[in-house]
Formats: sequence, C-alpha cells, structure tokens
Amino acid sequence: MSKDNQILEELTKSDYKYGFHSDIETESAPKGLNEDIVRFISAKKEEPEWMLEWRLSAYRHWLTLKEPTWQNVTFPEINYQDIIFYAAPKQKISPKSLDEVDPELRATFEKLGISFDEQKRLTGVAVDAVLDSVSVATTFKSKLGELGIIFCSFSEAVREHPELVKKYIGSVVPVNDNYFSALNSAVFSDGSFCYIPKGVRCPMELSTYFRINAMNTGQFERTLIVAEEGSYVSYLEGCTAPMRDENQLHAAVVEIFAAKDAEVKYSTVQNWYPGSKEGKGGIYNFVTKRGLCSGDGSKISWTQVETGSAVTWKYPSCILKGDNSIGEFYSVAVTNNYQQADTGTKMIHIGKNTRSRIVSKGISAGKSQNSYRGQVKVMKRAEGARNYSQCDSLLLGDKCGAHTFPYIDVENPLAIVEHEATTSKIGEDQIFYCNQRGIATEDAVALIVNGFAKEVMNQLPMEFAVEAQKLLAISLEGSVG
Amino acid sequence: MLKIKNLKASVEGKMILNGINLEVKPGEVHAIMGPNGSGKSTLASVLAGREDYQIEGGEVEYIGKDLLDLSPEERAREGVFLAFQYPVEIPGVSTTNFLKAALNQVREHHGKPALDAVSFLKLMKEKMALVEIDQALLSRSLNEGFSGGEKKRNEIFQMAMLEPKLAILDETDSGLDIDALRIVANGVNKLKTRDNATILITHYQRLLDYIVPDFVHVLYKGRIIKSGDKSLALQLEEKGYDWIKEEADTVSA
Repeated sequence: MSKDNQILEELTKSDYKYGFHSDIETESAPKGLNEDIVRFISAKKEEPEWMLEWRLSAYRHWLTLKEPTWQNVTFPEINYQDIIFYAAPKQKISPKSLDEVDPELRATFEKLGISFDEQKRLTGVAVDAVLDSVSVATTFKSKLGELGIIFCSFSEAVREHPELVKKYIGSVVPVNDNYFSALNSAVFSDGSFCYIPKGVRCPMELSTYFRINAMNTGQFERTLIVAEEGSYVSYLEGCTAPMRDENQLHAAVVEIFAAKDAEVKYSTVQNWYPGSKEGKGGIYNFVTKRGLCSGDGSKISWTQVETGSAVTWKYPSCILKGDNSIGEFYSVAVTNNYQQADTGTKMIHIGKNTRSRIVSKGISAGKSQNSYRGQVKVMKRAEGARNYSQCDSLLLGDKCGAHTFPYIDVENPLAIVEHEATTSKIGEDQIFYCNQRGIATEDAVALIVNGFAKEVMNQLPMEFAVEAQKLLAISLEGSVG
Repeated sequence: MLKIKNLKASVEGKMILNGINLEVKPGEVHAIMGPNGSGKSTLASVLAGREDYQIEGGEVEYIGKDLLDLSPEERAREGVFLAFQYPVEIPGVSTTNFLKAALNQVREHHGKPALDAVSFLKLMKEKMALVEIDQALLSRSLNEGFSGGEKKRNEIFQMAMLEPKLAILDETDSGLDIDALRIVANGVNKLKTRDNATILITHYQRLLDYIVPDFVHVLYKGRIIKSGDKSLALQLEEKGYDWIKEEADTVSA
C-alpha cells in the first residue's frame, strides 16, 4: 500500500519528475565508436571470445548500413562519434546482495519509487535495474532460482549461462536486422536475461527499470526472454532519464522466444525525458522489439504505454511461426509539445490458424506528431489466419497531427484481416459536462484520455496501472488552454 | 439564494435572453415553461457557465456571490447542478469513476477529505435506491449506449450524489415514458429539502403533476412574460401558449 502511495505522491506533482541527476561516479569509454570501443566494452564485461566476435561482426555490418529515413519523424542527424557508448557506475566488486549496492545508487532508485527493500518485502515483483547501461541489482534471485528461473543481468548471463545466450541471442532479431539493432549488437553494455524452464509458471512479475543518468551517453541495453514449453512469464519494463538539453540516444533490443504453448506478456511504461516544452533535448528512443512464437500454441502479448522521449520509433512485433500461435499488441502513445512518435507493430502470420490482435490508441497534443504504423502479413501457408486491428486517434487542440499507416499483405485467401480506425477530438461539450460536475478542465482531460485508453490500460499488470494512468495525465498537463 | 437581474445573453451575435428577472429562495421549486426557442435552455446553460454564450448585461447573485464571475467548475462546487437535456457520452469512463472524481473535487473545494472507497460505495448504494438505478448501469461507460430514460435517470442519480443547493433540470422529462417519469420525479421529490431549490425547465405540464412547483414562469422571446402558481401550468396545458404570446406581443408592440 505504501508503495502505491509513494507512486501517487511522486506522480501527482507536475512536470517531468525524473529529471534529477545523481552524483554517482561513473566509469566511461571515450566518445565515439570504432572497433577499439567495441573491444573496450567487451573487455570491461570480461566477455568470452565468441561474444566479442559477435559484437565485431555486428559492428562491421553496421558500417555498411545507412540510417533509415522512411519513418514519419524528423530530427537532426545523429553524430555517432559524439556519443559515449559505455558508462558504468563505478563500483569495484559486483554486489552479492542488495546491502552491498552503493548507497547513492540505491537512493537514485528510491527516488524513482523502486525501493528494493519494499519490493522485496511487499510486492513480489522481482526487479532488475539498469543504470546507464549497466545492470545494478537483481532482486529475488534465489527465490526464482528454486523454480529454475534465471533472471539476471545480461553480462551475468553471458558469464553464467553462455550456452543459452549463445543459442538465443540474435535468433529473433538478427544482427543484420536493421541499423539500430546492428548498432546495439555491437555496443550493448548490459540488459536483462530471463529464462523460464519447461512447464514453469513464473509466480511473480519480473521487472526491469532502465535509467540514463550520465551525460552524453547512449543507452544500448538488450533484453532476452526465453520461455520454454508450457511456461508463462509476465515482464515489466520502465524507463526514465534526467532532463538534459542535448538529445540522448536509446537504442535497445528486446528478443522474446516462446516455445510450444509458452506465454509471454511484456509490458512497457516508457517515460524517457521528452524534451522541454520548446522541444529542446529529450531522448531518441529507437528500439527493436520482437517476439517469436516458435512453438505451436504459443502466445506473445505486448502492452506499451509510451509517454516520454522526444522521438519514439519502435514496432514491437510478433512472428507467428507455430500453428495456432497468438500475437497481441496493445499500445497507448501520447505525444505533447514537440514530441514525435512513429510506433506500431508487425504481425507476421506463418503458421496455420494463427491469430493476432492490435489495439492502438494514439493521443496527440501540443505541436506533436503521432503516427501508427503497422504491418499485418499473412504468408501462403497460414491457413485460417485471423487479424483484428483497431487504431484510434484522439486529438487535443488543432496544431498536432495523427497519422495511420497500415500495411496489409495477405497471401492466403482463407485469411481474415480486419482493420478499423477512428479519429476524434475531445469535445468541448465533454469538458463542459465534467466542469459542470465540479471537475477542473485538466482533470477532465485526464479522465477522458484515460477512458479513451482504457482498453489498453486494462492489459497492464496492477503494479503499473496506477503509475501509467497518472503518467497519461501528467504528459498532457497544459495541453488544453 | 439566486437573484437574476435583467440578465441578457447572446449566442453567435444573436440575442436570446432579453432581460430575465427571477428570484429563487431556498426550499422553492420554480418551473420555467415556454414555447420552443423562447430561451429556456439558454438560461440553464448561462447559469451553468457554458462558454458558447455571451453575457450582454445584467447580474446574477448566487448565495451572496457573483455567479457570472465563477468558472463552471466553481459554480458546480458551490452547489449549482445542471441536469443536461442531452447528457454527454464519455467512452471508457464509468459513471462510478466519473462521480468519484466529481465528488472528491467538490469535497476538496469545501476542505473535506476525499471519500475512501468504502464510504463512497456506501453513499452510492444509498442514492441508487432513491432513483431506482441499477449498479450495472453505473459500471458502464458514462451515457454510452444508454437509452433516453437511462440517461435522464443517471442525471438524477448524479444530482443525488452531489447534493446540490440549486438544481436546474433542463427538460429532464423529455423522452421519458410514464414509468421513467414517475421514477425521475420521485427522485427529485425525495431530494428536496428546506435548504435547496429546484428550477424545472419543461415544455409540458405533465412533469408538474409529479413535481409540484411553487411558481410557474412563462418564458417568451427571452423574457419572463408571466408568472403564477401551479394553476398557470394547467391553464397553459388547456389553452396552449398562443393567448399568452399575443398578450406579450401586444404589450411590447
């Protein structure tokens, strides 16, 4: 209960609340990117040779690629030689228990509303926190270990479970998949790894908290989730960053592998710093997220609430390879001021009787641009495939934009694909109705927007739902005059 | 409680209210009747503070305050309630959540703490009985897919929850069958106290069989042209508005 209160208290104040900067000594690589930097990162992580080779091949491939330009966003060119690709909080020996974590670091996480002690005691959420690219602490490890569940930092996984990492890394998002996934593969500094053995239902929500703290750093984390036959896991991801005038790059990769009858639910509340009201600074959030429903009857469900970042560009996707597998995508994307978002999903139906469902709710305010881009592809052998897509846009004011780019590509004549789209504005009569009952205009907007997004918010685990609701309200503060 | 003096208002440059004078005291029920386009709903909207209307003159005093100086939400928090002629749909927001937000903002305004979930539920149950409303309806998206009767009943339920000092019912009887009308009227009657007042805006005298007014006013061309007791409503029912219109037109000509 006190955790809820803390969240509520934190979130009922206005403006970007995670804009603090913690004075934690960091150890970082020199600016810029070349093979030596890749080697430096790999050496820092004390990685085996194969991991280094994998990174180098990714780097070499990246050099041959051009930054894509097809997305409906504009931003100044990124100078990759001006980014620090590795920054780690200085801490000599890796902590064995939470008590050994640097107190300043822990204070940072307490500010974020994740108190490890409380997490441990109350909520049953296991947390892996990533600060400036490095995983700091993983709670609940022993408890999960009893079930054979592995939940640890990526670096640790490379050390402790090389055979699993080797088998699955790049299996869903190959090194050469796209510009940013190649970049990530070369320089990723840490992230989370999660393995659920056959037949195990993970008894608690697993959670990763990402935060960029140091200046001029990019954050390139990697998440790999492997769910073996008949297993289940629900995974949460949250992100914040301090307020800075310059743009910072966040290019993560998330890979999910689901074996036969496995189910993975992945929820994100993305609240990276969106930039100032005038559009200065903010995070570039260029993320590749993909899940492979490899086995028959498997299911992957993405839920995202995107309120932060100056520019968001991501499409959590599902490859429905197994027969009767299911892919879901539930998204709320809010843009205000000068934020831009180009987000959506891809559902690739390969197996027979595969089903997918897309519910996207875009909310634009201020001078922002909000695009839904989604692809539904039904391959030839995907008999009986079904897709239902619903894209709703809500506009606040008359200086913002909402765009929908659906791509539908059906090669099997027996597939059923449905797409529905609506665009609406918050009506003055709705606001007046709320006002007349005593509700102030800003609260009325929050109420109406939360109602609009309800279908997606309902998909979030309880722990995140309250926070996400408040976030929506905060993101839109000052958007109605 | 409410003193309206020479109130004039226009919409899109067109004068609708041409000098309304009306005094409402605590405990009273006033019925405002009149033909279509006479300005009845405009009066209700202006009192509630809808922005589409331009005040062209006059003043409105409400419990010692300048009503026209208050924002719509401040008026609501001070106890002005408008039962809408056309209640607005808010998708994804249940009546329960809507009312919780409303009630707590009203309470905050009066320096009272927010109601906890248990007390709120208890209050809801109590008020639900008053207007014979079903809990299932209150969990659905506000007014979305409600029948005409359900919308109106829901308005009265909100009124019961918010316990206003001054309730303005804008054609709450329109579109109701006789059973719904009885339920709505019963609700209004049960909510009546010595300290609150009600303004009923209606076309038909039918509603006044159930809610007996202390005063009946006839609005025509933005003015109150005749006031009386409930017998005036019966007269109107019998003779229509024409005789009274003629009277008024002759006087002004």
